[in-house]
Amino acid sequence: MAQMTMIQAITDALRTELKNDENVLVFGEDVGQNGGVFRATEGLQDEFGEDRVFDTPLAESAIGGLSIGLALEGFRPVPEIQFFGFVYEVMDSINGQMARTRYRSGNTKQQPITIRSPFGGGVNTPELHADSLEGLVAQQPGLKVVIPSTPYDAKGLLLASIRDNDPVVFLEHMKLYRSFRGEVPEEEYTVDLSKADVKREGKDVTLIAYGAMVHACLKAADELEKNNINAEVIDLRTVSPIDVDTIIKSVEKTNRVVVVQEAQRQAGVAANIVTEIQERAILHLEAPVLRVTAPDTVYPFSEAEDIWLPDHKDIMEKVDQVINF
Amino acid sequence: MKHVLDSVESKFEMFQILDENGKIVNKDDMPDLSDDELKELMRRMVYTRVLDQRSIALNRQGRLGFYAPTAGQEASQLGSHFALEKEDFILPGYRDVPQLIWHGLPLYQAFLFSRGHFHGNQMPEGVNALSPQIIIGAQYVQTAGVALGKKLRGNKSVAVTYTGDGGTSQGDFYEGINFAGAYGAPAIFFVQNNHFAISVPVEKQTAAKTLAQKAIAAGIEGIQVDGMDVLAMYAVTKHARERAINGEGPMLIEALTYRYGPHTMAGDDPTRYRTEDLNNEWEKKDPIVRFRTFLESKKLWSEEEENKVIEQAKEDIKAAIKETDKYPKQKVTDLISNMYEELPQNLKEQMEEYKEKESK
Ligand SMILES: Cc1ncc(C[n+]2csc(CCOP(=O)(O)OP(=O)(O)O)c2C)c(N)n1
Repeated sequence: MAQMTMIQAITDALRTELKNDENVLVFGEDVGQNGGVFRATEGLQDEFGEDRVFDTPLAESAIGGLSIGLALEGFRPVPEIQFFGFVYEVMDSINGQMARTRYRSGNTKQQPITIRSPFGGGVNTPELHADSLEGLVAQQPGLKVVIPSTPYDAKGLLLASIRDNDPVVFLEHMKLYRSFRGEVPEEEYTVDLSKADVKREGKDVTLIAYGAMVHACLKAADELEKNNINAEVIDLRTVSPIDVDTIIKSVEKTNRVVVVQEAQRQAGVAANIVTEIQERAILHLEAPVLRVTAPDTVYPFSEAEDIWLPDHKDIMEKVDQVINF
Repeated sequence: MKHVLDSVESKFEMFQILDENGKIVNKDDMPDLSDDELKELMRRMVYTRVLDQRSIALNRQGRLGFYAPTAGQEASQLGSHFALEKEDFILPGYRDVPQLIWHGLPLYQAFLFSRGHFHGNQMPEGVNALSPQIIIGAQYVQTAGVALGKKLRGNKSVAVTYTGDGGTSQGDFYEGINFAGAYGAPAIFFVQNNHFAISVPVEKQTAAKTLAQKAIAAGIEGIQVDGMDVLAMYAVTKHARERAINGEGPMLIEALTYRYGPHTMAGDDPTRYRTEDLNNEWEKKDPIVRFRTFLESKKLWSEEEENKVIEQAKEDIKAAIKETDKYPKQKVTDLISNMYEELPQNLKEQMEEYKEKESK
């Protein structure tokens, strides 16, 4: 099996599906000759030609609208929004239009679009590059929202997303692009878009996260082990839909939960998960379900981002509280 | 059926005063600038070139953060700015830090902006500007608002904004010039066409032959200018400002220019999308070289004088970096207090939480 970084796994998935399906089109700002600002589309234009992999003019709103139109013509667009902070520019196309197309056409039309976009903090970017805005799309019925945390999942989830007949927002945490390698099969495979992954089994407490925070949880779990606390770590992989079954099964075993997100605290994915847990498993809980999140400010100017971002220590602190409740 | 595109497009010719060889080619439009003012223009361009070189070096040493290089665009940025007044309001893009500096933003604050410290975004009293916009196009619509505000209040000043060639593809670009046109608002819209939006050449951005012609659909004046010619940039801006203040409406100004460096210092590799030949072609049009030739022919400039400016710039930068280093580090509690006029309950709680964290 090949060892790949997450960015390589993503390129690999795009190449695989460009080969498999002539209706797949990859486009966005700088994705052509330049191979994308993170090189996710490196070499793809040379390999598949300018009709399949191409630069767009600089307008996210039109990238969204173009995708909708191409999907109506039977293509499978895989547009890139260069950074997810620019999603506000294309919000109407995503939440207002493509998410509603199946519904408003009375299930006669569909939008098999996969919007790829980098996001996530810790890499010293200017404003509106690093924000965790998955909540904006997770709130919109009609969309699926996928966030891989490993190279293996990135490839399998991206292939599943492109093959899915509903619109998918596929968010790639920038910090994970090149920070480590993992095993990625060369052949094609998919990872189910409705299944969370138990990354580490444990019996004392359940840590639920997605994206880069999965790695913060794993680090916390390693540290906790030293104090004889045995943490289970669940990687949601999709934040819409949520795999409630996997979560509840774990809660019934550990009876204590900490939900972790990089996004701000207010009205986020974590709040939704806490609600699902208390609605379905309140009698299994030995302590309130706690959250680890960033504070409710705008994503910080980069100088303060290291303190602002949640880390494994914040997670350990909350675990301590639920264990000693 | 009559097609008009060709005939309209061909009317947009590049406005120039000083050619590549430093010769005046358009006496009629030569601006009325004193010898001191001409020298000041040169001083600013040389100073800004040094600032660019030093900023790149400081970024590489990890002493600055986000930085978008400016070399090549000095005439476009500073020639246009020289025609503005203190009371004019500037809405810059991320590459337009030099205009802010010459509008009054202290150097150390420009450096703090680069490092990602909020104080870099706090315009001092009397500096009428926003901090650089990151979202491409957003400043264009906002400019229509600032300009309408000025009109409603009867202020004799203008709103000025800058974007790049890529920026003209955004909906906001069209919406901004259209709104300003509809209200006859005193705005000046600059497009610094440096021919690439990161890697995408302007030919892929639009089917239009010029970006200036986009003014036509908004019903406003548009002009294409040699953006490597500081005198042309000054003259056109001065003209646009006078028209705007006289109630003749906004103007769209396309400056043909080039950025010598990478898009930003965050990993862009221009060799992937530009040839050495193209770089050389543009370096022959260099704004500083041609203006130096012109000034020397008028006996207004010498190597000695230029060296003095370079030394001064280096000294100022050194002092400013020291001041930047000394400035108190940004804290999460600072960010919390900058969220609302009055903190809501969630942030009051978080304020306490982070105060405790920060005291450890
Ligand atoms: C809305 C939005 N989309 C994309 C970007 C990412 N981005 C930053 S600069 C840039 C290219 C801009 O090119 P241009 O407008 O020509 O200006 P230049 O950088 O050449 O001065 C892109 C795509 C952004 N900052 N904002």
